[in-house]
Parts: sequence; C-alpha cells; structure tokens
Amino acid sequence: MARAVTPKRKAITTALAWAAGLVIFFPILWTILTSFKTEAQAISDPPVFLFFDWTLENYGIVQERSDYMRFLWNSVVISLGSTLLGVAIAVPAAWSMAFVPSKRTKDILLWMLSTKMLPAVGVLYPIYLLFIRFGLLDSRAGLVVVIMLINLPIIVWMLYTYFREIPGEILEAARMDGATLKEEILYVLTPMAVPGIASTVLLNVILAWNEAFWTLNLTAAKAAPLTAFIASYSSPEGLFYAKLSAASTMAIAPILVLGWFSQKQLVRGLTFGAVK
Amino acid sequence: MYAKHALRAAMACFLTVAGIAQADVITIATVNNGDMIRMQGLTSDFTEKTGHQVEWVTLEENVLRQRVTTDITTRGGQFDIMTIGMYETPIWGANGWLVPLDDLPAAYDADDILPAMRDGLSHDGTLYAAPFYGESSMIMYRTDLFKQAGLTMPEAPTWDFVAEAARQLTDKDNEVYGICLRGKAGWGENMAFLTAMGNSFGARWFDEDWKAQFDSDAWKETLSFYLDLMNDAGPPGASNNGFNENLSLFQQGKCAMWIDATVAASFVTNPADSTVADHVGFALAPDDGKGKRGNWLWAWALGIPAGTQKEAAAKAFIEWATSKDYLALVAEKEGWANVPPGTRASLYANPEYEKVPFAAMTLKSIETADPLHPTVDPVPYVGVQFVAIPEFAGIATEVGQEFSAALAGQQSADEALQKAQALTTDAMEAAGY
Amino acid sequence: MATRHSRSAARLMMAPAVILLLGWMLVPLTMTLWFSFRKYLPLRGGDLGWAGLENYSRFVSSSAFWPSVQATLIIVGGVLAITVCLGILLALLLDQPMWGQGVVRILVIAPFFVMPTVSALVWKNMFMDPVNGLFAHLFKAFGAEPVSWLSQAALPSIILIVSWQWLPFATLILLTAIQSLDREQLEAAEMDGAPPLKRFWHIILPHLSRAVTVVILIQTIFLLSVFAEIFVTTQGAFGTRTLTYLIFQRVLESQNVGLGSAGGVYAIILANIVALFLMRIVGKNLDR
Repeated sequence: MARAVTPKRKAITTALAWAAGLVIFFPILWTILTSFKTEAQAISDPPVFLFFDWTLENYGIVQERSDYMRFLWNSVVISLGSTLLGVAIAVPAAWSMAFVPSKRTKDILLWMLSTKMLPAVGVLYPIYLLFIRFGLLDSRAGLVVVIMLINLPIIVWMLYTYFREIPGEILEAARMDGATLKEEILYVLTPMAVPGIASTVLLNVILAWNEAFWTLNLTAAKAAPLTAFIASYSSPEGLFYAKLSAASTMAIAPILVLGWFSQKQLVRGLTFGAVK
Repeated sequence: MYAKHALRAAMACFLTVAGIAQADVITIATVNNGDMIRMQGLTSDFTEKTGHQVEWVTLEENVLRQRVTTDITTRGGQFDIMTIGMYETPIWGANGWLVPLDDLPAAYDADDILPAMRDGLSHDGTLYAAPFYGESSMIMYRTDLFKQAGLTMPEAPTWDFVAEAARQLTDKDNEVYGICLRGKAGWGENMAFLTAMGNSFGARWFDEDWKAQFDSDAWKETLSFYLDLMNDAGPPGASNNGFNENLSLFQQGKCAMWIDATVAASFVTNPADSTVADHVGFALAPDDGKGKRGNWLWAWALGIPAGTQKEAAAKAFIEWATSKDYLALVAEKEGWANVPPGTRASLYANPEYEKVPFAAMTLKSIETADPLHPTVDPVPYVGVQFVAIPEFAGIATEVGQEFSAALAGQQSADEALQKAQALTTDAMEAAGY
Repeated sequence: MATRHSRSAARLMMAPAVILLLGWMLVPLTMTLWFSFRKYLPLRGGDLGWAGLENYSRFVSSSAFWPSVQATLIIVGGVLAITVCLGILLALLLDQPMWGQGVVRILVIAPFFVMPTVSALVWKNMFMDPVNGLFAHLFKAFGAEPVSWLSQAALPSIILIVSWQWLPFATLILLTAIQSLDREQLEAAEMDGAPPLKRFWHIILPHLSRAVTVVILIQTIFLLSVFAEIFVTTQGAFGTRTLTYLIFQRVLESQNVGLGSAGGVYAIILANIVALFLMRIVGKNLDR
C-alpha cells in the first residue's frame, strides 16, 4: 500500500478530487443555500452565493403549511419497516443460496432481479384494486409490504454476495462441533455477517426513502411520507424557489445525514459482489 | 317483538345523538394553489363552527388529478372531498360518482353562484361541485411600458393590435419580452390557451360528427399566428412555460403583456411578490372579429365522492368554504384583493370589492365565456378550452406536446397539425366515436 | 455431512422469499395480461368486455411507440455510458492519496441520497430554467444566449439529471473494486516502465470488468423504469417519452387501462430482451 508520492502530485490530485467533489455536490449545496434566502434573493440576477440576509422564514412557511414531523415519521416507519421485514425474509434465502448452491441458484437470483423490471405504472390499477379489497389504502402496513417486495430482490442479492465471501470451512467446523442449523446461523454466521447486513439495511433504507411512485399513489392523509410532502411544493404559484429549496432540504436532510454518518458501512455493502 | 322495538328505538336514539354530536374527521384532496393554501390556513374557523376536523392532502395539480381519478374510478374512498375542475365535474357527475349538491340550505344562496360557473359544474341541470374559485382569462399588461411606447390598450383589443404592440415592446437586450403565453405541453397548459385562442379564430376541435378538425384553415391560422408571435416577441424557452413560469416572469417585469387566468391578477398586483404591482392594467382577451374572444372559463370546485361515510360533514365543509361568509372571512384577514374570485354575483356587487382594480374586468371576462356555445361554428361538445369527454385530457396532452415541439422549433406548424390530426383521429376511433 | 438435510432446509429457507416474489410478480402480471385483452375504460364505466388483440395492435401502431422505445434505450444507454466512464475516472482519482479523502467521498456520494423528485425539481428550476436558472446566468455572464435546456436539449438534459443521481453508485462500486486491486502487480508494471495508459488498459480495466458488469446490471434495472425525472421536467414532451411514460399516459391521462396494460406487456418483453442481453454478458462475468 505504501507508495511514495511526491507532495506535488498529492496536491494536484487533491485539487482535482475536491473540484470534482464540489461540482457533484454543488446542486445540493445550492439548494441548501437557497433555502435560507428570501424569494427575491433566490432569483436575483446575478445570483448571490453566500452574502445575503440569511433567513429561516421559508422553513417557517413550509412547516406552517404541512406538518413535517408526520411525513417524516411515516418515511421513517415505511423505510425502516420495509427494510427490516425484507432482511428477515432475505437472510435465510441468501444463506441457503450462498452455502447450499444448486445449479439453479444463479437463475433464481437473476429472475428475482428481473421482477424489478415490471413497469410500476402498468400495474397501478390492479394493485390499487387489491389494496381496496384488503383495506390497505393509506396504511403504513400496506406500503411496508409493497416497498419490501420492490426491494427484496436487491436485499437478497446483496446478502448473497456478502455471505459468499464467508469461508465455508468455518461453518463446517461449527457443524463438526455439533452445532445445529439454528445455532450455526445464530452464533456463527450472523456475527460474521453483521457488517454486510448493516450495509444492506442502509442501502435499502435509502432506496425505500426515495421511492416515489407507490408511496404517492397509495397514500392519502395518514400514511403519506416525505415524497408526498414534496409533491405539494413542486410548482406553486408565484415565486417558489426558496420555499421549494426549504422543502427539498427538509425532505433529503435526514437521509443525507444518515448516509454521511454511516458512509463506511454503506460503502462496504455497495460492492454487490463486484470485487474479486 | 318488544325487544325488536326497543332495539330499534335505541338505535334511533343513538343515531340522533350521533347526528348531533358526531364530530368527523374528513379528508380533503386539494391542489397547491394559493387560494387553497389560504383555505387550509383558515380551517380552524370551520372546526370551531361545526366541530369537524379536516385532514389535508395537498398535491401539485398533475399529481392530484392522477390521484383523485384513480380513487374515484376504483371507488377507493380515500377522500371525502375532492378538488376538481370544470372538466371532471360533468363527466363524473354523469357517471353518478359525485353526490348531487341540489339540497344546499337557503342561507347558502346557491342562486348567487354566477350562471357560467353553475352551468359548467352541472350535468343535466344538477350541480355536482361547488365552485371555490372561478376564472376566465384576460390580458394583463404593463401600463408603464405602454405609456413609454405611446401605445394605448383598448378595453377589447384585436389579435392584430396585440401582436403589433408585442413586437414593438420587445426589448431583448433588457430582457423585456412583448408577450408571454403558455407553451408548456399539457391539456391544462398550452392547450387551454390555444384552444381558447382557436375559438376566436373560428377553429374547433371536432365538427358535429366528432371528426377532428386540425386539418382546417382556422387551426393553421391559429397556430402560425401564435408561433410567429412567440418567436418574435416571446421569452426564451417559452415551450417550457406554463402558468407558474409566466407568472414569475411577469412579476419580475420581464413581460409587457401576459394573457392568462384572471386569478393571476391578484398575484401580479400584490407588492409583496410582484416588482411591477403598481403598473398593471387589464383588458379582455383578444378577438379576430369573428364574434368569439380567446378567453376560457374554469373553476376549481369542491365535490363529494358518492359513497363517502361522512357526507354530512363534507357538505358542511363545502357550505363553509364556498359561502359568502368565507369570502368575508378572507377579506377581513387578507384584504379584498385576496378573496377567491369568480364564483358569486354578490361579491361583484359589493362596493368594497369593486375597488379592487381587476374585479370588473374579471367579471366581464367570465361573462363573455360561454361553455355551451364555445366556438364560431357549431360543435357537439361542452367546454370552452376543453372538450368534456373522458378521452380529452389524454389526447390534448399529446397534441399539446406536438404544438410545444413546434414552438421549440423542432417541427413546422404544418407537421404539428398533421400529427395532431392523426393522433386525435386515432384516439377517437379507439374510444369508439 | 447431512447434505440432504441441508438441501431441504435450504429449500425451506428460500421458500418465503421465492413465494413472495412469485406472488408479487404473478398477481400483477396476470392482472395486466387479463386487462390487456379487455376494453377497460375507467371513466366510461370500467370493464366493457373482450377486446381481443386490439389493444396490442393499437399500442404498437401508435406513432408514439417506436420513438418511445428509442428514447428508453437512449436514456438507459446514455446514463450507463456516462456513469461508467466518469465513474471509472472518479474512482481512479479518489483512489489516489490526497488530503481530505473522506470529505471528498462524502461530497461525491451525496446525490445518491436525493429523492428523484427533488433532484428533478432542483435541476429543472434552479439550473435549467432559461431565465432564472444558474446555467442561464452563467451563459449570460459569458455573453451567450441562454439555452432552454428542457426543450432544446431535452433528452440530454434528462440523461444529465439521471446520471448525476447514479454516478455516486457507479463510483463507489468501482472504487471498492480498484481498492481490491493487487498493488504489487501494479507497482511491478510501473517498475517495468509501462506507461500509465497501458497499465490502465491491461491491468486495471480487466480487473474492473466484474464491477462494471454489476454497475450495468443494477443500474439498468432502475433506469428502465425512470419516471419521476420525466414527469417533473418535460412530461414526455420533446422526445423524452419513454416506454414507461407512454404507458403512464395511456393508463392515467387517457384513462385506457386496457391499452396501457398491453403497453405494460410490451415493456416486460423489452425488459426481458434487455435482461437476456445482459445475462449473456453478465452471466459470464458473474461466475467465479
């Protein structure tokens, strides 16, 4: 790993990388900045970058119009609930695929992924009718199930690739010592798989948080998450950049913070078996 | 027998008590326009008066429409009140999906509702949704720029005058554009404007046998006039401009004229949002001497889906939100200029409201629109800037995309009209006309 | 070793996931198939009877069909090309020693956390707006005429927005792959005097092939159903109507569920063609 690098070269790469990072991050930064401007400053020509009268009034207006905490809570419940439920179902499946592979394992995996290709709009009416029949409309439970099903293939895939990297010998040793299947999973496999499961959970919380079709179409007042919150700010009359920015910042802030703090875990899980 | 009677009596007793004391929570789907947001802010007044609570589902117009349509056609029952327009109301009413509003109490004074609004929100003479605010379209123009250029806007201008003035007032170096018109594709965006404009040029969507008419000379004249005008005197990127985009351009002083919804008048004259608030004049939408003007008629209205469990509470809300008292309440809190306009004759007779600069022109515009006879030549449909058939929204959005592409310079007017004619004919066949 | 025991246990453990997904696939699929043969017009009273193959022929014969397939493929292909190429470059850059690597990485992955709706709204209004957008200000500052991105260059604009969202994903996977590269091999090549481009071509790129495959596979699945970005920005105008969007228009705007369902069946066929094509290349790469 230790490579001799001249300070000059390090300075150049640093400058390049920071430039690239800032360009990529800029839209988000600009949104956050705009959310603290007045509407007039938000569209001023030439645009102001930092030197404006910072104000919180947009957040006040947004909060007054819609109860942020309720949308936030729904987002949290739906994304966490669907992910945890999905992981609970996927762990056994991924375990068996990884440690007792058969000829069809790969086919099953790819088939699972292919279920994600069905265009959601095409089945809106069927699903809506089913939801009416089972009384699931505008319920968090219904959304938890749907989002879980949407992300289940990804969860299985991620866990599978992670489990496969666990050496089989350890499991065999445990078996030799007379561990039952249950013990094997609980005491040997799970501790080793915790990082993988953690990153799977993280990625899927993000995916569930950002899912905007079903969460919008299957909810009304009670179960609506932040995707519905943002749908009421998309093009109101008059000047709206600052308010839109405030609402956008509120919608993405929780997941952005979560993502940043758990960056290491997330990165580890994002390999999808790409390494090796 | 006795037990049965007792039970029935108990039930009746329970129901009466419930009827008096029951406080419901109703769910209302609405669009994120300023007047509706104001209504949300005033909900506490309704709760105080009736005891009922309200849960709001506020969505952007396109999302709202898709949401409520899915729910009403599948009887999803997610909403107790839906905010719908003049397009949906007669269609849904005819299907029996809305609760008729023919038993409103005398105090509500249903006869006070402007006849044009009433007609547009009824099917076979029965009112199915109560108008929350109504609008037509008119010209909003910058009095200061007109004065500078030595021009005088007549009260009822022709298209030729408007076009000439627009070209004269365009000053691209200073980012002042002669005219801002809708260009964004959508049946409620550019097609609302172009259909109404077409009416004044003698164009129509269908002839009396439901044959598409985009191959007519009248449409060719309409579209070429619009494209030439926008290319010479319109803002850049007009093919993405809808109501909101143009509003913000006008408020920033970048448009000398803007033909759009009359409700915009209160936004452009509001000094808090508009930099040109003191220099706005109003005139009727232009005509071409053929007897029809290019203005539309629209209302956002509150309707109750049939089958809701909370019909009484929902009706109570509609009676509150579309009442004279509500108008007075808004006037008291926000001033007369911010009252939801265009629904009640009594509002326009109110001496306080007459002082509002755009009141008279709004009423005049609404009165010149006739949803039952929208065009120069006879047509089989109802609706000024739309055709009240279920297929219209889909067809018009696709046609709108062709016209928008023409405005963006990606095809000629003739190509756009040809495609419009073909796809309209095809869709009408699919619908079985 | 109780092979049979663990085999049947394995099957049992897989069952919940497989059954659920089978249900999630089959129920809507069956309903879509059923509706696609019906004349189903919700606003005209619902299911109006058998339609035979009419929906299928009407959907394909519509002038919008082939352009929509083309737009879908262009968006998927364009985004894949941009994210993979830029992703490799970024990954190589981020792999170098530098000051503040952690912060840079945070900046780079941030777009991945942004909801598609939000990112589309932000790009559309605050960057691509021809009057108030930042790009317009930038163009004006250099004395150029502002471009109205979402009409004059609608498809590239959408590709840009979607690429911005997916670039972090590609970069991260590729970065992890690069970091697992055998340093000694690379250093040996450097000692031998192999120029950087050659080292990249012969050592790094082959090593990345598996990661690139995974990026392509996962992204394609999500990209085929891009919707919010189009709904918010162009609403399908200016040649940005993808197959998914066309189906949306048929089902929700025209309120023709039968026709839309037929479109859904076509979309599934297209997805499967793409999937088959992918599996050809991916399948090989995924075997160890």
